[in-house]
Amino acid sequence: MAALGSPLQTLRGLLRELRHVSGRAYRDTAAYRHVLAAFRAHRVTSEKLCRAQQELHFQAATYLCLLRSVRQHQALHREYHGRGERSPEEVAGLVGFMLPRQPGGKG
Amino acid sequence: MWRRRLLQALGRLPALAVRGRPLGPGGGRAYAPPAERKRFYQNVSISQGEGGFEINLDHRKLKTPQAKLFTVPSEALAIAVATEWDSQKDTIKFYTMHLTTLCNTALDNPTQRNKVQLIRAAVKFLETDTLCYRVEEPAALAELQKKEWDPIVAWAEKRYNVAIGSSTSIMGPNIPASTRDTFISHLASYNMWALQGIEYVITQLKSLILSMGLIDRHITVEKAVLLSRLEEEYQIQRWGNVEWAHDYDLCELRARAAAGTLFVHLCSESSTVKHKLLQD
Repeated sequence: MAALGSPLQTLRGLLRELRHVSGRAYRDTAAYRHVLAAFRAHRVTSEKLCRAQQELHFQAATYLCLLRSVRQHQALHREYHGRGERSPEEVAGLVGFMLPRQPGGKG
Repeated sequence: MWRRRLLQALGRLPALAVRGRPLGPGGGRAYAPPAERKRFYQNVSISQGEGGFEINLDHRKLKTPQAKLFTVPSEALAIAVATEWDSQKDTIKFYTMHLTTLCNTALDNPTQRNKVQLIRAAVKFLETDTLCYRVEEPAALAELQKKEWDPIVAWAEKRYNVAIGSSTSIMGPNIPASTRDTFISHLASYNMWALQGIEYVITQLKSLILSMGLIDRHITVEKAVLLSRLEEEYQIQRWGNVEWAHDYDLCELRARAAAGTLFVHLCSESSTVKHKLLQD
């Protein structure tokens, strides 16, 4: 559990991910409001080791991991796996040929 | 067949056109991946109905694949699902919407398993748990497994008061029946939705012990995924990282494990806010 880091880092990471998701209007989204409200509500407590605070922090860190890894996965997919096959013309062009033009149709 | 031709000739049926696939020059078909669903809504919002929280895409209510109304019991879960739908740009990529998929599975229950069958499937994984299968060589990997996996197994044994052990044989560890019963009775305390999530995480991480570590908040998602992929990480350190395969799988596994864990926690919690008066 010590590997969670500080709540402030998690909160900042979450807000950054939400900005990636929504763009300019990220402050109006329900997710932004909910995250901030949850962090504020659990901040003030008289106990030193608050279980609810740790639970919330773990949930926030999990959600941050989800958003971050989905974004990274999509970026990797776009870069390496997103392009599909080349058309026959492109393939011919790779080796310096052109496909023949057959005005009457093939065969 | 001839009837269709006759109707076509009479002008009653339109001639069949090539559907959807782009035509290259010369009339041959250029390959293109199947058309994805475009984003057909502008705004995503949530609303509260009788059964729980619902998602609205513009003014239409979201439905599951079996056409049931999409209702979730927790507001935080509804907001997270709404964010998933909101994050789709241009086309809808269902493979990135893990929470939505989990909710759909919980609502529709397409494999039609009841609680007992789900628990049985989950506990069955203990016999083939990743953390219990050790190698003998290479020695560095065996050492790494002992160093990383033993503490987690010890934690699980202590927390649930069971005996699990590990084994290097192909038959795997011998799990006593009392261990199995303990886990069955522990999992029975979760509701149906949380159980779907737990079974999902176990299937993704290939380990019951790691999943319980996540559910009990003993380890983070990143650490659980690292432990689940320990042998791959060892090989990556030895032979190098291939971004388009290793990182791709890593991100996907992290996303799925995180989604499953979050789903379980949001479905099994109930929060109350107690306001205390400030003393000083």
